[in-house]
Amino acid sequence: MVPSTLEAPRTRTGSARSLRTHRWRRTAGRAATGWAFAGPGTLLVVGLSIFPAVWAFLISRTRWNGIAPARDLGWGNYQRMVEDPELWESVRHTLLLTALFVPSSIAFGLVVAIALSQPIRLIRFYRTCIFVPFVASAAATGILAGYVFNPQFGSANELLRRLGLPAQQFLEDPRQVLVVICLIALWGQVGFVAVIYLAALQDIPKDLVEAATVDGASRWQVFWHVTVPALRPVTVFTGVWQTITVLQLFDLVFTTTRGGPLNASQTVVYYVYELAFQTQRYGYGSAVAYGLFAFTMLLTVAMILYSRRAKVEAF
Amino acid sequence: MAATVKRRRLPFSPWHLLLMPLSLTFALPLLQMVLTSFMTAADINRFPPRLIPTQLSLAGYQALFAESQILRWLANTVVVAAISIVGHLVLCSLAGYGFARLRFPGRTLGFFAMVATVMVPIQLLMIPTFLMFSRLGIANTLAAAFVPWLASAFGIFLMRQFFLSLPRELEEAARLDGCGTFGAFRRIVLPLAKPALATLAVFTLLGSWNDLVWPLIAISDERWYTLQVGLTSFQGTRRTQFELLMAGNVVATMPLLIGFVLAQRWFVASMTFTGLNR
Repeated sequence: MVPSTLEAPRTRTGSARSLRTHRWRRTAGRAATGWAFAGPGTLLVVGLSIFPAVWAFLISRTRWNGIAPARDLGWGNYQRMVEDPELWESVRHTLLLTALFVPSSIAFGLVVAIALSQPIRLIRFYRTCIFVPFVASAAATGILAGYVFNPQFGSANELLRRLGLPAQQFLEDPRQVLVVICLIALWGQVGFVAVIYLAALQDIPKDLVEAATVDGASRWQVFWHVTVPALRPVTVFTGVWQTITVLQLFDLVFTTTRGGPLNASQTVVYYVYELAFQTQRYGYGSAVAYGLFAFTMLLTVAMILYSRRAKVEAF
Repeated sequence: MAATVKRRRLPFSPWHLLLMPLSLTFALPLLQMVLTSFMTAADINRFPPRLIPTQLSLAGYQALFAESQILRWLANTVVVAAISIVGHLVLCSLAGYGFARLRFPGRTLGFFAMVATVMVPIQLLMIPTFLMFSRLGIANTLAAAFVPWLASAFGIFLMRQFFLSLPRELEEAARLDGCGTFGAFRRIVLPLAKPALATLAVFTLLGSWNDLVWPLIAISDERWYTLQVGLTSFQGTRRTQFELLMAGNVVATMPLLIGFVLAQRWFVASMTFTGLNR
């Protein structure tokens, strides 16, 4: 242990033994105080994830429906993942959704933040409007989206009709469904990203922008060479955060399409839910969830390492 | 000269061309939700669809209150949110302080184990947690909805970041005046942490109020549904009764929405706070 600054300087008067017991007591005392503070919260958080996660690993090595005795399969479930076409389909959907959602939420959030940081009229009204969907739950959002994107009487098609564009099937078209889910997720999340960028924009030193302007940089050049680099730590943070969010996006899929039509919006998390709670395949479901966990962890670690190497202090 | 006058009057800015349609896109669906909840079924099925109801109707709300236990679900949700907020404020501030300021064996390991839990997908935990709750006898009760919300890695991390930013001298002065560790925490540090605690309360309220996955899995008795589970239970059975669905949506969304609009500054300050304390 690193000696704390409060530790008394060593004295030569006490014998070696009493010094040792003294030290031990101090360490024990510090441990007791420290864990009295940190213990309850940590125990709850770790207990509700590490313990179930270990249990899930044991389950993932069995064939089990929750009722009949579990049968040990070793790595069987994991081998099966490799040749499960439905899994790879859901991986493809998840990656597509991530590729659509993460860059667009960051780019869109940044543009909205810059627009909302302008000293113009109605700006508080605009901020309220753009942020308010973030407060709505995924359940409410999903039900509302089902209404707005209803092919027969939804207002989305009505808008297209007035613009002279052909009507769409939206959530009922396997080729459109992921894009529409991405749009719905953006509707709810852009306000959050924008608020984080708004705060970061205010932190950019004004003289930096002024100096660049004096040196003859155009507004566009200032944006690319001053603003964007200054925001990089926030961008890395938001990128990791939004990636974890979209990889684990469940409630929106559940309340809009339940994985349909024709499994076109079945993502990995939805597949796990279906395996576990619709078809009671606890073992295989846990194995797939472990695959997702490993992937999330690899991706997060890679992004953090990259940001460390690029000297972005986001974490 | 004209330029200065114009600047003072805030001339039309091209940003409005971006922001006006954008804000309407963001706000109109929620307005439509409210308006639709007051429509008659005839108005909803009219073609072309209309935004404004021809007559105000309470049919959706009447059906909602008569055919579902929505008030009970609302009460359940309020209880879950209240317990979650209290749990978070107490446990996360204590743990955050411990990790930020106290030195004790196991601190680093404990902290990293706690932060690492963020990456574990809920879907991995669903099955064992469901089994665990069943064996503890809290599956199918309100406790199933709030126990996972009593503390969170996010909350502990947020509080730790805040405490790290406070100058150490404050507590050292209190310690010299004879305060114990806990006394210094409660009397000196905690009062200074109000902005962080407010942020934590806002996020816990949003999270626990809007949580769907946990209660969906752990609660099957309709009496113990939260609003979100109740809403999704409508989906299967009342797909065509949009006035009822929207009325349910309004009941589930309005408390937070009104709270947000009334306390917007405070809300956004909270969000900003997290962004700054990344």
